[in-house]
Amino acid sequence: MKTQTYYLNLGPQHPSTHGVFRIILELDGEVVVKATPVPGYLHRGIEKLAEARTYTQVIPYTDRMDYLAAMLMNWGYVEAVEKLMGIEVPERAEYIRVIVGELSRIASHMIATGAYGADIGALTAFTYTFRDREYVIDLLEMVSGSRMTFSYFRIGGVAADFPEEFYPAVKKLLDQIPAMCDEYDGLITGNEIFQARTKFVGIIPPEVAVDYSLSGPVLRGSGVNYDLRKVRPYSVYDRFDFEVPLGKNGDCWDRFRIRIEEMRQSKRIIEQALEQMPEGPVLGKVPKVIKPPVGDAYAEIESSKGVYGCYVVSDGSPKPYRVHFRRPSFINLGYLGKLLEGWKIADVIAILGSIDIVLGEVDC
Amino acid sequence: MADYRLPEELMEALKSKFPGMEVSERQDVTLPLDDLVPFMTEIKENPDYAMDFLTNLTCVDYPDYFEMVYNLVSFSHGYTLMVKTRIEDKENPEIPSLIPLWSGADWQEREVYDLLGIVFTGCPGHPTRIFLEENFKGHPLRKDFQWEGGREP
Repeated sequence: MKTQTYYLNLGPQHPSTHGVFRIILELDGEVVVKATPVPGYLHRGIEKLAEARTYTQVIPYTDRMDYLAAMLMNWGYVEAVEKLMGIEVPERAEYIRVIVGELSRIASHMIATGAYGADIGALTAFTYTFRDREYVIDLLEMVSGSRMTFSYFRIGGVAADFPEEFYPAVKKLLDQIPAMCDEYDGLITGNEIFQARTKFVGIIPPEVAVDYSLSGPVLRGSGVNYDLRKVRPYSVYDRFDFEVPLGKNGDCWDRFRIRIEEMRQSKRIIEQALEQMPEGPVLGKVPKVIKPPVGDAYAEIESSKGVYGCYVVSDGSPKPYRVHFRRPSFINLGYLGKLLEGWKIADVIAILGSIDIVLGEVDC
Repeated sequence: MADYRLPEELMEALKSKFPGMEVSERQDVTLPLDDLVPFMTEIKENPDYAMDFLTNLTCVDYPDYFEMVYNLVSFSHGYTLMVKTRIEDKENPEIPSLIPLWSGADWQEREVYDLLGIVFTGCPGHPTRIFLEENFKGHPLRKDFQWEGGREP
């Protein structure tokens, strides 16, 4: 009998693509022969827009890349500009950055966890993690006045100190985080159907992960110990005691599990940061008009999705000559086409969800 | 601040092998275009450097030339290195693709091609546009790109 392959178009509008993203699948029966990801539906040209803005005006644009962890997106950009100008950030501001950054990571991982459950068919999981994310977002709103696009970081520090009511509220949340994670573990991780769908599915061997420049939970799920907070500690991360959770098999299950473990570790970091936080100003000595000297700088931070880098070039004017963002979701997605080959069509959704992409960041 | 740069003696060894390279104060390496592939092969394959992770790849449009920027990391040694090379031909900018060395270069090179119009040679069928549609005219991140709307640049 003669058979032939056929094409199936997935997306761009599809609940499992977490935004507008398209995959053209070539299928042999229900097995994927070739997968061609098509990004770009959310491309706004942020790098071009930045060239017509002042250095400070670029910060709100970074919010709109990974809008699920906007604090971290602010961080990578301001760090690059600070490096370019040689600005000292006050110690208190560094601690505040760590605290809001880790809260953002928790919020982002909660979405990743819940949305992955929903992808697999456990829609209930989504309601649980979304409920808990509200508490985290409430805290960040208390600090910055915004719930998604915070624009809280400034070149040289942060916009404002924590309000008084923040401290009891964050303490209350931190006490609940282990119970929340236990609940996710009980509801999703321990679910037999969920395990059958994710264990030994979408395996990424460690050497392939490194070759494809993958980073974040996708890389660590394959057992590669590369977390910038440990490997090249920036800010004040060298002062905290925390562990980097690693996977064993590099499958969807490992990538999913690591995120829940990271939430527990983030809780530890925030606790230590709150304890060690010194008094002092939250904004360093920064000139009124930000005009970095001619030159370039590249800085990287560990965002919730992976290594987030920013390359800034200055020509001495108040506007950046060139800004480039190394977005982890974009580069992690670059391996998807190869990864999907040979897996069944039902696994496509499981594998795509396990990479945890945000299209605002992919397309930039 | 901890130092993640290559030790002096390794830098000297590279200099003697590639006399055309310039090293900045911050230890950024600038290479002649012809040296790019041999240099990258050396720092990836030689276990003394073992730059196994291409973390960032981008390009900048300067008035007289395009400058490619590569950021590399060695997982085993912990070194980081920024490598730059200039493409003097502004009319038909071409540079060898680094996909044979690091597969992670694939999508990043496609992004650079799409937005800056740098052609990466050596891999048939590569690069193609990644964000913009196939029939889009021009490359938006070039400084001479004319755009409508928005603010005055």
